[in-house]
Amino acid sequence: MKLLYFAWVRQKTGRGEETVPLPAGCSNLRDLASRLAVRSAGYADAFGDLRRLRAAINQEHADWDALIGEDDEIAFFPPVTGG
Amino acid sequence: MKTRIAIQCEPFDAAAEIAGLSDGAGAVATFTGFVRREGDLATLRLEHYPGMTEREIARHIGEAQARWPLLAATVVHRVGSLKPGEPIVFVGTAALHRREAFAACEFLMDYLKTRAPFWKEETRAGVTRWVDAKATDDHAAARWKQ
Repeated sequence: MKLLYFAWVRQKTGRGEETVPLPAGCSNLRDLASRLAVRSAGYADAFGDLRRLRAAINQEHADWDALIGEDDEIAFFPPVTGG
Repeated sequence: MKTRIAIQCEPFDAAAEIAGLSDGAGAVATFTGFVRREGDLATLRLEHYPGMTEREIARHIGEAQARWPLLAATVVHRVGSLKPGEPIVFVGTAALHRREAFAACEFLMDYLKTRAPFWKEETRAGVTRWVDAKATDDHAAARWKQ
């Protein structure tokens, strides 16, 4: 699956995108975020508090309970501040 | 309906955007946002999620079109590095009458603020930080759901 990170999520993880296999037993965005959170101190900082974070699946806003699959493009980012 | 969505680093020409909207319309409503001149704000930098940004804006325009009889809609949003006083966003809507044009313009702007994937980073006195989202913007967008 393709993972994208924006704004301070990108800075904390140290990368804008990466391709990873869907972790076993990982069915929704919340599962994925909790797996990512244990990868490093930076990832822990980015994914430690989901209330500060938003996500999209295949370029559409998604809730933490949304189901994910191997072919998805998943993005994590802070609440948006455009306009 | 005529739709134009542009995400660009360059400044935009509001007069040219209005000219592109006015064909056959009785009313064109526009909103232009500028980077506020606030104290020691030196630079505002915007990043976005290419692909999702355009899709999200197109979805909002579609929703506006379902609510009001629009003839045309334009959204231009700048990204990259901007200085205080520079124009940052343009939203224009065209309809036969002013009420629909005004309402759709405000609707699009409220949704742009809360749903389109843009992020602002500001630099003040040499210190750079990400701008926090505002609850007031969420409340403004939530009005349209009532």
